[in-house]
Amino acid sequence: MFESLSDRLEGAFKTLKGESKLTEINIAQSVKEIRRALVAADVNYKIAKEFTDKVKDKALGQENVLKAVRPGELMVKIVMDELVELMGGQAAGINLNGSPTVILIAGLQGSGKTTFSGKLSLFLKEKRKKKPLLVACDVYRPAAINQINVLGEQVGVPVYTEPENKNPVEIALKAIAHAQETNRDVVIVDTAGRLSIDEAMMKEIANIKEAIQPNETLFVVDSMTGQDAVNTAKAFNDVINYDGVVLTKLDGDTRGGAALSVKYTVGKPIKFVSTGEQMDTLDVFYPDRMAQRILGMGDIVSFVEKA
Amino acid sequence: EKTKSNFFGKLTKAVAGKSTVDEEVLDELENILITSDVGLDTTVKIIERIEERVARDKYINTSELNEILRDEIVRLLAENNTEDLEEYSLPSTETPTIILVVGVNGVGKTTTIGKLAWQYKQQGKKVVVGAGDTFRAAAVDQLKIWSERVGCDFYSKGMYTDPAAVAYETVNYAIENGHDVAIIDTAGRLHTKINLMKELGKIKRSISKKMPTAPHEVLLVLDATTGQNAIEQAKHFTNATDVTALALTKLDGTAKGGVVLGISDIFKIPIKYIGVGEGIEQLQIFNKRAFVESLFAEKVQ
Ligand SMILES: Nc1nc2c(ncn2[C@@H]2O[C@H](COP(=O)(O)OP(=O)(O)OP(=O)(O)O)[C@@H](O)[C@H]2O)c(=O)[nH]1
Ligand SMILES: Nc1nc2c(ncn2[C@@H]2O[C@H](COP(=O)(O)OP(=O)(O)OP(=O)(O)O)[C@@H](O)[C@H]2O)c(=O)[nH]1
Ligand SMILES: [Mg+2]
Ligand SMILES: [Mg+2]
Repeated sequence: MFESLSDRLEGAFKTLKGESKLTEINIAQSVKEIRRALVAADVNYKIAKEFTDKVKDKALGQENVLKAVRPGELMVKIVMDELVELMGGQAAGINLNGSPTVILIAGLQGSGKTTFSGKLSLFLKEKRKKKPLLVACDVYRPAAINQINVLGEQVGVPVYTEPENKNPVEIALKAIAHAQETNRDVVIVDTAGRLSIDEAMMKEIANIKEAIQPNETLFVVDSMTGQDAVNTAKAFNDVINYDGVVLTKLDGDTRGGAALSVKYTVGKPIKFVSTGEQMDTLDVFYPDRMAQRILGMGDIVSFVEKA
Repeated sequence: EKTKSNFFGKLTKAVAGKSTVDEEVLDELENILITSDVGLDTTVKIIERIEERVARDKYINTSELNEILRDEIVRLLAENNTEDLEEYSLPSTETPTIILVVGVNGVGKTTTIGKLAWQYKQQGKKVVVGAGDTFRAAAVDQLKIWSERVGCDFYSKGMYTDPAAVAYETVNYAIENGHDVAIIDTAGRLHTKINLMKELGKIKRSISKKMPTAPHEVLLVLDATTGQNAIEQAKHFTNATDVTALALTKLDGTAKGGVVLGISDIFKIPIKYIGVGEGIEQLQIFNKRAFVESLFAEKVQ
């Protein structure tokens, strides 16, 4: 794909090579190719447009694009740099203040919240020497409590549940009190999946957040998400103003343009990536890897050295 | 941003008195299709068909263009074997009819099985669901709760058992107990995981071993929020199990699920069901016309 994108860009330049007065048309053509590549990677259509317009300005500012031996590659590099910058920013750690630290997990149905909650508890236990408590606040999904119990057992982290209680706000508050009593220093609150247009459910998550005042609120998004990622990311952000994003299921072959869409739309850092069903498949986020992935590129290192 | 709801209004205005569809309209159309996850290739295909049709029919009057657009998309679906079902008919007249449900993680397989079992139950069919996901935490419990909601039978060998054996024995159980239909759940798996895809092939073969004509249906569940990756999913699941039908879930959200247009076009697999909520009744039979309308309708946030 990297080959084909940069080849296609070379193609766009080759046809007009030598006619320097056509620079703008030339670049416009390759920008269109880049836009297609982004859209094919599920980057939101509108964002792909805005983004490539910016790239175009950058490229036009660099007069050497047309003179470059391989203008296509230079264009790809400009795109890469812009993508990395957009998705990067300063490395955002997870806020572990508070006693106990309270972390709220939210997102659409099936995005991977419960699995991530288990992974995060293991990560904090092993890598940060914390004593987490998992909390089952999904009172709707069949066997949701059993699921988180099994995961808790797998990672050796206690799980707070109230099988008879259908009020997630109460459960979360009692869990925090329980954590204090039992000396647990991080409370991870897993919630039910919900749609951003489900008013009652969005009110519920707002109420949970209001009641427990989390130190960290994380929005979990499936990396296979398409154009809708922007709507959902924005709607959840409007309601719970989350601190960071978790990208899941990156162990597949999705290009993951949703990562760019979400970051572009809400400006919140991507803090973790989830890459499997097993509890130890949690990773920090590398903007450069993500940019390569979106562009469908293989080995960026060799490429950058070439350019 | 202009809303999508008045697209047809704009379309009508922009083409009034013209014999070709102008750029602006096509751009707007492209915008709508792409942001519905229809994907570049299928979008281009639809636009070309419309241009052709307008040129051929010499563009009769404005309101007709709306119809042409809807028609062309519906036709694209019809060419690909998607015929609107009348009701929840079983995919075979043979009993028991065996349905194998597959898909990537978290798309809604187990939920769809619950809903489908309920539909068959409503028709007075004797239904059993088989707990072939023996891997994901509490997957067996989840299906069991669904079977209790439905009031249908449930077959399981417990967690961490061989899913191919569960599938085989579910078929056997259905034969011995005179079930009309057995619906077998499988663990979610990413299509890129070779071993897990091989396991799926094995599950299917072990069903056929018990009943050579089965499974009568392999239902691939796709999540409407998924973008272009759904095409890869369809490709690999089809290779592994000869998918015969699609279900598109989570259409009650803001995502449009437009990627299924391309999928049904490429793989000629009919779309049978849509999921429109988490409740037991929230499964619907796919309707081409309604789906096309929804591509152009704005959901209010
Ligand atoms: N391959 C892979 N599968 C994942 C990953 N994260 C989660 N899953 C799987 O995705 C499915 C859904 O995960 P859950 O953790 O149950 O998702 P959820 O968001 O809690 O779902 P609801 O509570 O129903 O909204 C399960 O099959 C998980 O095993 C991941 O990073 N990679
Ligand atoms: N809003 C909405 N949610 C749905 C729909 N179908 C399923 N869900 C939800 O999506 C989540 C995942 O559904 P499951 O049925 O567990 O999905 P699955 O494919 O069996 O998941 P794994 O077995 O973990 O791969 C659950 O929270 C379901 O309630 C739907 O049509 N609309
Ligand atoms: Mg969950
Ligand atoms: Mg399941």
